[in-house]
Amino acid sequence: MTSAATAPSSASGSGAASDAVSIREFDFWYGSNQALHRVSLDVPARAVTGLIGPSGCGKSTLLRSINRMNQLIADTRHRGEILLFGRSIFEPGTDLVDLRRRVGMVFQRPNPFPKSIFDNVAYGPRLNHLGRRDELTHRVEEALKRAALWEEVKDRLDEPGTALSGGQQQRLCIARALANEPRVLLLDEPCSALDPIATQRVEELLVELKEQYTIIIVTHNLQQASRIADFTAFLYLGELVEHGRTEQLFTRPRDERTEAYLTGRFG
Amino acid sequence: MPGQFRRRLVSRIMTAATVLAAVLAVVPLLLIFGDLVAKGVSSVNWDFFVNSPAAPGEPGGGVANAIVGTLIIVGLGALAGLPVGIGAGIYLAEYGTNRFSWIVRFVADVLNGTPSIVVGIFAWTWMVKPMGHFSALAGGVALALLMIPMVTRTTEEMVRLVPHSLTEAALALGYSRWRTSLGIAVRTAWPGIMTGALVAVARIAGETAPLLFTALGNLNFRLDILQPMQTLSLQIYVYATGPFEEWHRLAWGAALVLMALVLVFGLAARYATRARFSHGR
Repeated sequence: MTSAATAPSSASGSGAASDAVSIREFDFWYGSNQALHRVSLDVPARAVTGLIGPSGCGKSTLLRSINRMNQLIADTRHRGEILLFGRSIFEPGTDLVDLRRRVGMVFQRPNPFPKSIFDNVAYGPRLNHLGRRDELTHRVEEALKRAALWEEVKDRLDEPGTALSGGQQQRLCIARALANEPRVLLLDEPCSALDPIATQRVEELLVELKEQYTIIIVTHNLQQASRIADFTAFLYLGELVEHGRTEQLFTRPRDERTEAYLTGRFG
Repeated sequence: MPGQFRRRLVSRIMTAATVLAAVLAVVPLLLIFGDLVAKGVSSVNWDFFVNSPAAPGEPGGGVANAIVGTLIIVGLGALAGLPVGIGAGIYLAEYGTNRFSWIVRFVADVLNGTPSIVVGIFAWTWMVKPMGHFSALAGGVALALLMIPMVTRTTEEMVRLVPHSLTEAALALGYSRWRTSLGIAVRTAWPGIMTGALVAVARIAGETAPLLFTALGNLNFRLDILQPMQTLSLQIYVYATGPFEEWHRLAWGAALVLMALVLVFGLAARYATRARFSHGR
């Protein structure tokens, strides 16, 4: 486990080998509205990186840039670079299917498909032709186990995914993302629609998952960031104000805006 | 407290008013159906279903030709109208932000409000006149033209109702835009799309005006779609306006059969909506 051992390299650095994602001077516009200003951030592999900041600060925009979900929105553009394990995701000829297979995503509200639990998890692998029928079954089981849901659903894989509780649905969505065997997992406020117990369950899961995956999580919940993130980045008004080890950022913020946010003076 | 009393009173009155409106909405249907059963049921028997009309003025005869003709012409209309309507609706829902879509939507709305007799005249000009004679095919085309705008708009509505979060989930798994459209948006909306389609089929099954210029009607049993063909609606029109008492009796029977047919479509539509939402696969 190499996870928390590596500190994030400096923003201008060349991206250490342990960095899963390197964001370089990244600008993003919705029409004429610039949502991100020269954001540079290195995300170490096999660790949890939290993105915090007040609403509208660009956290989700940044997150959704990493698997290029933002380009679905009309009239958006970007400048700058995002590297995934050293390779640009904007390189001409980049296969979006492949990119999104390697970078899984979990959304704010659980969004299982109106299909069976099995089919929900098998959805990605089926597209990517990962495996035959028996292999698919194995893969679904594996993903559900990793998402700590297997024991609860193993006897009812044929039931609709939408019949599960909110917390189970969110873990089903995590399993669905894991079934694609991604290397990076993006989570956009995954617990905001969950009760405290379900939240705790998902948080424990993320801490387990970081041994194998690089996790980037957007959260509004500062306690959550301090509980599970190894590194935390604070965004404000589309700028990356500060990032570093979570305990350092929370206890000795370098920027006064970070301190103001953490102490609840705005946001 | 007087305030509370007033509030309760208003609440009661409003509840009663909406209940009354609901009753008024179903009463005409029940009256129509009751009337049809009362007057039509005596003419509905085995012979009625298996025989074609007898010679004018003679007793007996049935509507076998009209039942088969209705199924054929409505089938032709659905065969041409449903794929186009559903396809156009999917397009509007998924890619409908450009100017072209605005025009399509506008034209569909105008067509939806166009009297069906106008559509019949149109089909007559473009099908019957060049071919030189009336035909079931021309009738099917007229009905298809009526269906397309209805189905387009209901399909669009249904696909739009699919939560954006589902589409996003599929895209985030690497699905391409069109596979997401078909695999998630359309599949999720499918029960609703089918309901819209069946409602449209039920609507056109009762159409008469556009068929007067196209399918024309036929007192004999015919299966050739290039020839004039009878439908229940046309038969009702001819029989009800005819001079013979026997014809009037048959018209009531035909109306009952047509109503029952529409009812079956309606029930099928309800079933289609219910069945899929509860099951996963």
